[in-house]
Amino acid sequence: MKCYIGIDLGSTTTKAVVMDGKGEVLGRGITNSRSNYDTASAVAKQEALIDARLTLVRRALAEEAALAGAAEGVLEGLERNFRLEQFLEQLEDLERTCLANAEHDRHEDLRKAMAEALEEIFGRLRADAEHLYAPGAERKSDFFRDIAGSRYMQRAEEVAREAGLPFDPLLNVYDKSIIEVENRPPAGDIGGKFLRALGRVLAEGGVHADHEAVRAAVERALAVELEEGYVVGTGYGRVRLPFSKEHIRSEILCHGLGAHLMYPGTRTVLDIGGQDTKGIQVDENGIVVNFQMNDRCAAGCGRYLGYIADEMNLGLHELGPLAMQAKKTIRINSTCTVFAGAELRDRLALGERREDILAGLHRAIILRAMSILSRAGGVQNEFTFTGGVAKNEAAVRELRKLVKENYGDVKININPDSIYTGALGAAEFARRAVEA
Amino acid sequence: MSSDTTRIDGKPEVVKEPSMLKQKEMIARNYEALTSAPETGRKVVSTFVPGNLNELVMCFDMLNNLPEINAIQNGLRKKSGAMIMDAEKRGHSEDVCTYVKADIGMMGKGNIAPNGKPLPPPDLLLLSYTGCFTFMKWFELLRHEYKCPTVMLHIPYQGDGRITPEMVKYVVKQLREEVIPAMEKVSGVKFDIDRLREYLRESAKAEDNLVWVLESAKNRPSPIDAYFGGVYYIGPIFTAFRGTKDATEYYEMLRGEIEERLRKGQHPITPEGEMEEERYRLVVEGPPNWTNFREFWKIFYEEGAVVVASTYTKVGGVYDLGFRHDPDKPLESLAEYCLGCYTNRNLPQRVDMLVQYIEEYQADGLLINSIKSCNSFSAGQLMMMREVEKRTGKPAAFIETDLVDPRYFSYANVKNRLESYFQMIDQKRRAAGAAA
Ligand code: SF4
Repeated sequence: MKCYIGIDLGSTTTKAVVMDGKGEVLGRGITNSRSNYDTASAVAKQEALIDARLTLVRRALAEEAALAGAAEGVLEGLERNFRLEQFLEQLEDLERTCLANAEHDRHEDLRKAMAEALEEIFGRLRADAEHLYAPGAERKSDFFRDIAGSRYMQRAEEVAREAGLPFDPLLNVYDKSIIEVENRPPAGDIGGKFLRALGRVLAEGGVHADHEAVRAAVERALAVELEEGYVVGTGYGRVRLPFSKEHIRSEILCHGLGAHLMYPGTRTVLDIGGQDTKGIQVDENGIVVNFQMNDRCAAGCGRYLGYIADEMNLGLHELGPLAMQAKKTIRINSTCTVFAGAELRDRLALGERREDILAGLHRAIILRAMSILSRAGGVQNEFTFTGGVAKNEAAVRELRKLVKENYGDVKININPDSIYTGALGAAEFARRAVEA
Repeated sequence: MSSDTTRIDGKPEVVKEPSMLKQKEMIARNYEALTSAPETGRKVVSTFVPGNLNELVMCFDMLNNLPEINAIQNGLRKKSGAMIMDAEKRGHSEDVCTYVKADIGMMGKGNIAPNGKPLPPPDLLLLSYTGCFTFMKWFELLRHEYKCPTVMLHIPYQGDGRITPEMVKYVVKQLREEVIPAMEKVSGVKFDIDRLREYLRESAKAEDNLVWVLESAKNRPSPIDAYFGGVYYIGPIFTAFRGTKDATEYYEMLRGEIEERLRKGQHPITPEGEMEEERYRLVVEGPPNWTNFREFWKIFYEEGAVVVASTYTKVGGVYDLGFRHDPDKPLESLAEYCLGCYTNRNLPQRVDMLVQYIEEYQADGLLINSIKSCNSFSAGQLMMMREVEKRTGKPAAFIETDLVDPRYFSYANVKNRLESYFQMIDQKRRAAGAAA
C-alpha cells in the first residue's frame, strides 16, 4: 500500500502523520525534538508507522465478524507488548553502550566491578519491564528516556549499596550513554516485534477468541507492505530535515491545510506555538489566502507561558487549571517575556492572588493573538484553534470570550489531535504531490 | 562589452557592469568634493531625497549633502547600529526614525564620510518638506547643532489626490521669495534661470532612460530587479547628480546594458551572479532594509523571486507616471516635482499605483516591507494591502524590518514569512491550474 508521510519538526516535539492514497489517516507519531533532528524525525516517522500497523490490524480484525468482540483487547495487548519489545530492545542497546563506556573510562581496578554491577542492574531492569508493561499498569511517560532513567537510578543505587561501590561512576556512565542511545536512529524489524508481541498477548490469556484466527488476521495486516510514496517536512526545524527543497513546506501552509482537513468549513486558523503565533486565512479548498504572525520577538507565544511557569515555580501544565480558579482577572499589560516577570512580581508584592494574576496573563496572551488575527483579516466564520496553547483551558476560555466580543457567535473548533495539524497538512501535501 | 570582476569576501566572483563602476566613481567624487569643501571654499547645502532641488542647488555652485543617503551608506556598511545606540544614549527614543538617529550618531562620531574624511558643517539647511513631518524635527535638531541659516520649502500634501494650480503657485512663490534669495545670500552667486533650464534639460534626458530601464521589467523574464537592483539604478537621479552630464551618461550606459540583457534574454544580476530562473514576479511597497541588504535580497533570488516594480524607487520622483522636469517652465516644474513625490501622495493614490503595477507588470502578488521606525510610510499599509488584494485578487504578504537599525531585522522571521508567501503563490497557481 502506498502511503504518504508528513513530518512536523517543532521546537519541542516532532510529529508525524501517515496517510493512505485516499487521504485517510493511518497513523500518528510523536517524539521529543532533540538536538539531533534526523533522529527525531526518524523516531516520529517510525512511531506513526507503528500506529499505522495497528490501524491495519484493527481493519483486519473488523473484517471477520467472529473476531469483532475481541478486537479492542487484542489491539490494547498488541500495543502494550509492542512497547515492551521496543523497550527491551532499547534497554539492550543501553546496556551495551554503558558497558562500552565503562570500559573506556575506568581504571583497571574498577573495570570488573563496574561491568558486574551493570549486568546486575540491567538484569533487574529487564525483570521490571514485564511489570511496567503488564495489563493495567500505568506509565508516566512513553519516552524511553523518562522510563528507563528513573528506574535506572533506583536500581543502580541498590546495586551500588549492596556491592559497596560508589554510585557516581554508575550515574556518569548512564548520563553519557543515554544520549548516545537516544540519538541513534530507531531499529527496524517492526514486523518481528509485532509477532513477538502477539505471542505475549496470546500467552497472557486475555484474548477470548480463536487464537489461530486472530494470528491469521494480524499476520495479514503485517504482510501489507507500507511503501513510502512521498514525505513532506515542515515546522520550525524544517530546513534541517534531511529532505530536498521540494519536500519542504512552510508550517503556515501545512497548518492551514491540516485545519481544513479536520474542519472543511473553517476559514480562520489560529496557531499559538512555542515560538510564534500565526493567524491564517484559508479558502474553501484549504489554500492559504492570507497570514500574519508575530514579529521578531516571541511575546505572547507558548514560550511566554514557560517563563511564567518558571517564574512562579510551577509546571507548565499547572498554569491553566490554576487560572481557572480565578475570582477576578488582574490586568497584565505586557506579553513581553522580559517585562511580564517584573509585572508579575509587582502584582504578587501588592498581595494579589496567583490565580487572578494567571488569569490576567492568559488574557494578555489571547489579546495579543487577537491583534495578530485582526491583522490577518479577522475571524471570518468557522474558526479553528491549534497549537500547544489550545490544550490550556484558561487560554481557550479567554479566546472564546474575546472572539465572541469581537466577532459574535462563530463556531470554534479545537481538535484533540490538534498537535498533529501541521503534520497532517504536510502528509496531504505529500499525497497531492503524487496522486494529484 | 568590457566588465570588471571583483571578489567580495572570497565569495563567487561578481561581475560589475561598467555603469556600476561609473556610479561608484561618481559617488566617491561627490564625497571627495564635499569633504574638501573647506579647502575649495564651496558651500554645502544639506537637504532631503524626496523632492530635493538638486538643479537649483547647482545653480549656486553649491554642493548637496543628503543625510538620508549618509545613513543608508552607514547602514550598508554595518556602521549604523553603533551610531543609533550613541544617539539613544544622548536621549533619543528607541521609536524614532532610525535615519535621524543614525545621522545624530554620525555627527557625534565626527561626521566621517565614507572616504574617511569629515564632512563639513552645512552652510544652509534646505528643508523641502514632502510627506514626512519627521524631516522638520530632524532639521530642527541639526539647526540647533550647526546654527546655520535654514529655509523651509513647504509642500502641500496631496490630501485629495491631485495637484492644483494653486499648490504649484504657492510653491513657486516660496521658491522666488524665500529659497532663491537665501541661496543667493549664502553662496554669493546670482540666480540665473537659463542655467537652471540647462540643468533641467539634462535631467529630463536621464529621466527618460531611467523610466525605460524600470519598465524593462515588463518583459518575461525581467532583465532587472526593480527593488534590490532598482535602488542602485535610482541612486544618481535621486541624489546629487540629477541635472549633471554625468547622470545623463550613466543612464545612457545603463540603458545600453539592459538592452543587451534583454536581447540575450538574461535574468537580473544578483550579488552572486545572474539569477537562474524567474519563478515569482512581485511588486514591493516600502523601503528596503539596509543593514542586512544582501541577506534580505538573497532570500528572494534563491527562490527565483524577482521584483518587477516597487514604490520605493519612486520616492524621489514618479517619472514612470509621466512627470519630467521641464526647461520651459523651470520653477513650476520644480514645484510639481516636489508635489508629486511618492511620500507626498495620499493612500488611495498609493493603492492605485500598486494595483496598476501588479496589472501592468503581470505580477504574482504584492509584498509590503513595513518599516518599524517610519510612520510616514507605514501608517495605513495593512489597509492598503487589503485593498490591493481585493482589487487584483492577487495574494499579498507583510513583513516588518527597519531601515538602518540592525536590531529590528530578524532573519529567521523574515525568511519564514517569505518562504510561506512564495509557497502560498505556488499553491494558488496550482489551484488555478486545476480549476482551468
Ligand atoms: S519618511 Fe520615514 S524614513 Fe524618511 S525621514 Fe520620514 S520618518 Fe524617516
